[in-house]
Amino acid sequence: MKKSAQKLFLGLLLVCFGTVAQAAGGGAHLEHSEVNVRDLAAVQSGAKWFVNYCMSCHSAQYMRYNRLSEDLELTEEQVMANLVFSDAKIGETMDIAMRPKDAAAWLGKTPPDLSLIARSRGNDWLFTYLKSFYQDENGGWNNTVLPNASMPHVMWQLQGIQKPVYVTHDGVESVDHLVLASEGLQTPEEYETTVRELVTFLDYLSEPAKLKRKSIGIWVMLFLSVFALLAYALKAEYWRDVH
Amino acid sequence: MAKPASTLSKKAGEFMGWVDERLPVTQFYNDHLAKYYAPKNFNFWYYMGSLALFILVMQIVTGIFLTMNYKPSAAEAFASVEYIMRDVDWGWLIRYMHSTGASFFFIVIYLHMFRALLYGSYRKPRELLWIFGMVIYLALMAEAFMGYVLPWGQMSYWGAQVIINLFGAIPGIGEPLTEWIRGDFFISDATLNRFFALHVVAIPMALLVLVVLHLAALHQTGSNNPDGVEIKKHKGDDGIPLDGIAFHPYYTVKDIFGVAMFLLVFAFVIFFWPEAGGLFLEHDNFVPADPLVTPEHIKPVWYFTPFYAILKAVPDKLMGVMLMGASVVILFFLPWMDRAPVKSIRYRGWQYRIMLGLFVIAFIRLGILGMSEGTAAQTVEMRIWTFVYFAYFVLLFFLSPKERTKPVPDRVTH
Repeated sequence: MKKSAQKLFLGLLLVCFGTVAQAAGGGAHLEHSEVNVRDLAAVQSGAKWFVNYCMSCHSAQYMRYNRLSEDLELTEEQVMANLVFSDAKIGETMDIAMRPKDAAAWLGKTPPDLSLIARSRGNDWLFTYLKSFYQDENGGWNNTVLPNASMPHVMWQLQGIQKPVYVTHDGVESVDHLVLASEGLQTPEEYETTVRELVTFLDYLSEPAKLKRKSIGIWVMLFLSVFALLAYALKAEYWRDVH
Repeated sequence: MAKPASTLSKKAGEFMGWVDERLPVTQFYNDHLAKYYAPKNFNFWYYMGSLALFILVMQIVTGIFLTMNYKPSAAEAFASVEYIMRDVDWGWLIRYMHSTGASFFFIVIYLHMFRALLYGSYRKPRELLWIFGMVIYLALMAEAFMGYVLPWGQMSYWGAQVIINLFGAIPGIGEPLTEWIRGDFFISDATLNRFFALHVVAIPMALLVLVVLHLAALHQTGSNNPDGVEIKKHKGDDGIPLDGIAFHPYYTVKDIFGVAMFLLVFAFVIFFWPEAGGLFLEHDNFVPADPLVTPEHIKPVWYFTPFYAILKAVPDKLMGVMLMGASVVILFFLPWMDRAPVKSIRYRGWQYRIMLGLFVIAFIRLGILGMSEGTAAQTVEMRIWTFVYFAYFVLLFFLSPKERTKPVPDRVTH
């Protein structure tokens, strides 16, 4: 009798959430990035790809170089030598020289700051996006994940050049899949690893606290478990004279 | 006879005597804790009140620390939140406690309100208690809405845009009213500044006063309980309800355990799942507010979506706003709509169980649909559940007096 209301309630919850999954979906199919932000080597390599390929146009204005040194277990000298190409000092943020107005004039759109891109777009989106550039018939760059993006394929030398294979459904032509038309410096497997490392770095970049958040969390949960046990014992002791 | 008091405890007693002559501390302590008698049969649902108070305090404390580094200006707000997340020592933890706390506040409050529906806690003589609770709920919605604007992300901006524009549907005064709320012709720095003032000073103060009134009303009538019987009807020779136990120590130690269990769940979310898959922190809100770029899909945070779905279910904007308003306002009248001879669901008829079940399903489904893109099929479903939502109140009013109930025990059961 006492439990019936609770059972009813939990049962209803199941009914309600049973059909949630159907509501999601739509858009291009995204691959699983399989990013592990605690893989320090991947974050380090990703940082290298990021400063070499992304930072010509994209800033990470909320990220400080010395935070990289702290979190990536690099000395400040290593960071200055390998990751800083501007005249920035170690305590400064990862800004770029290009002014937003100029960027908009040259590229059609100011390249977005990437500090939080992994939180707004998600790792899987970034992973698939960076693998989905292709060259169309006019020789221009396009992308199946973000059609008509103003961003060119910056890493084309690594990946090589992909060409689209079209398919026509009900008179509407769309890209079915991409084929590698000319090889790049990396094999497809190597390029996939490169992209994964880059996305791992972007994931870290979007929330540097992520690295220690979970390890602290385990200790907090352990502490609270002990606290809850003690609290229960205390409650049971006091309540002995009620029952 | 007790042992003669030691010098120290004698001194302490004298000191309390001195204080009590000037300020009734001991009397207050007895009236509201040590000699406030609560029913001994509280179950899981009765943890929510103390948890809500705990969260309120936590939100105020974390909020104070956030304001030390937050900048309420359209130019700096977004960056200052990222500054808190990255450069302020433990700033990320304080921010996650605050953002997760907001969602958990609503989870706990919804469960608290559901408890009242289960056991008829709003029924006579607790109508004012319920009404103060409802006013707290309204204040909490305003507090949460304005707080969500402060990070100045895309969803902060466009969510505020959509919600404030709802007032524009009011005939005649609509447009000027929205300008008055925003302090500008569009959501701007002026809006952010006033929302900051309201979020940080005005509404929290109102909330604290309302909580005091809510508790004062509670302690006047005493708590209801899962059996829905009044424990004050059976008092012992000492004037203490036979089924009552002192709030302190019995419920203080029990609520400490409740807080510990709550914190386990809460800490799990903070440390391992702070975005809650985009429910507690929306993905689009990690993009700075841009008045020129409208997000593809604007939706409020989950705790508002049931009402948002009712709004979207109606094709006409004004009618939608009115129905949405009615869906909240109607809750104020629950004490007079429920006319059943018994309070607790334990002794009510099958009709009420089914109605309450459908009501809960309707509320949750509306919440899920309120987040959806709003396809034609989803709009139809929204209308169905909106109908079910309101049908609950209508049926309650007409069916409850004739409900076939079970005999209610004289005393609380175990």
